[in-house]
Amino acid sequence: MPAIVVEGLERAFGEVLAVQGIDLEVGEGEIYGFLGPNGAGKTTTMRMLTTLLLPTGGRAGVAGHDVVGEARQVRASIGVALQEAALDPLMTGRELIRLQATLQGLPPAAGRKRADELLERVGLTAAADRRVGGYSGGMKRRLDLAAALVHEPRVLFLDEPTTGLDPVSRKTIWEEVQALNDDGTTVFLTTQYLEEADQLADNVGIIDSGRIVAEGTPEALKEEVGNPHVELLVGEGAVPEAERACAELGRVLPPKDADRVLLEVEHGAADIPRVVRALDEAGIVVESLELVRPSLDDVFVAKTGHRLEGEEGANAAEEPAKA
Amino acid sequence: MSGLATSARVVGALGARSIRQTFRRPQLMSPIIVFPTLLLAIQTGGAGAGVNLPGFPPVQSFLQFMLAGSMMQAMMLAGNSGGIAFAVDIEMGFTDRLFAAPIPRFAIVLGRLAGTAALGLLAALWFLAIGLVFGAHIEGGIPGALLAIALITASALAVGGIGAAIALRTGSASVVQGLFPLVLVVLFLSSAFFPQELMVEPAKTIAEYNPFSFIVEGVREPIISGIEAEQTLEAVASIAGIILLGLGLSASALRHRLRVG
Repeated sequence: MPAIVVEGLERAFGEVLAVQGIDLEVGEGEIYGFLGPNGAGKTTTMRMLTTLLLPTGGRAGVAGHDVVGEARQVRASIGVALQEAALDPLMTGRELIRLQATLQGLPPAAGRKRADELLERVGLTAAADRRVGGYSGGMKRRLDLAAALVHEPRVLFLDEPTTGLDPVSRKTIWEEVQALNDDGTTVFLTTQYLEEADQLADNVGIIDSGRIVAEGTPEALKEEVGNPHVELLVGEGAVPEAERACAELGRVLPPKDADRVLLEVEHGAADIPRVVRALDEAGIVVESLELVRPSLDDVFVAKTGHRLEGEEGANAAEEPAKA
Repeated sequence: MSGLATSARVVGALGARSIRQTFRRPQLMSPIIVFPTLLLAIQTGGAGAGVNLPGFPPVQSFLQFMLAGSMMQAMMLAGNSGGIAFAVDIEMGFTDRLFAAPIPRFAIVLGRLAGTAALGLLAALWFLAIGLVFGAHIEGGIPGALLAIALITASALAVGGIGAAIALRTGSASVVQGLFPLVLVVLFLSSAFFPQELMVEPAKTIAEYNPFSFIVEGVREPIISGIEAEQTLEAVASIAGIILLGLGLSASALRHRLRVG
């Protein structure tokens, strides 16, 4: 049975349709990356799936339960780490995890034991009795993740878990998410980072302006966009000759500068020896060679007509402010 | 563990958190203890001769008369502080953590109210202690003191319900904080700080029908003369009315918040 099933899910805020009839399915034990710019509808979708917001149309089921009709059962099956790292700065890390254990119905002794285990797991034992307000961004996210794991949920929802984190903290979170998934936890994560989706997700859904515009494995999505290309640095003046030498091996793309040749090849790395041989036979010296594969950003551009990275929020309407 | 026992544990845990939060955030604590204590000191020091006015109820001292008013003030500001703290939780997203847990969502409101009631209890104990230290008699003895404490604790829960409703409806700490002056207006238009008999119109009529006058008289009577059934029942009825109003408004605001997200 799929861990998450969504059919025609909609959410309107007044006149604005923030989520416009999306369909998706997440298999048990999968990491699903929900990718899109700010205001695309990622968080609104996640809030509906975690029963924090009622849909205005369509239906969704999580862990075999309907998010509207069986909201309590859904909440018992899921762990949620929210975008703002919704932590009370006046509580200590240990107090927060123990409170979470109580909220999940663990008896006091079991809650205390579980809190100790989780703080150890996320490397916060030494800081457990310090107030959360003094934690770094990475520590807060790790604490939030630990809190979401108190009851060993079947499905874990992570809303932009690494936004604003430094590369080291980001990698730590990725490793933890991967380890959880290895233990069988289904993970639904929203992100605006292409690399995060590429690194972690088994399947990716790309959302833009409230609609899913592409869905599949990162590899399949990238293949859909087109073949990889070889970027050859041949030096100024050698470009026309190099283009002639490679013309039969693939499609020559418009050059991006005066000393490079871009050649789209059908078989990726397997085509490189033929390209090198052809250039060698033509007596052209290659200073560098790189195989460039399509990225999820290319997929995003192909599907939406605008770039995801570096333009977050520029092309999509902001989600309406919460009342 | 049964659902009821789990809910009771959740209410207890959230109440305990709410008390810790108040103690750790001075701006929440000071209106409950510091401000009313200072006002009590200023009023008893400066207006103590008021007890000699014709029509002033027979009391041992002005401090004895003022204790009920100070407890009421502390209790109402505890309700206001509880509302502010709840709104801060909403603003920073902490309530989303609670709403995403498999618990009855009204337990979240009840947890907050349990904390506010505990702060009301603390305020009642504080002012009774001050009264005793500075020579005020509790004419109703230990039963009278316990009745005053119980009424203030229940009133804190009642007023906290209204604070929680406003917090849930607006989700804005500054809106709830903006009600602070209103709390004082409601109190000054009751018999909390001045006998109703000595007020002038229209304050006198407003105070006559102000439910907080009934509560303050229910708290004051066991302190200045002894337990009186009529005043006690009127106070209990007023508190019950405000509790019903607060819980009703909170339930409605909670439904609205869950609907709009």
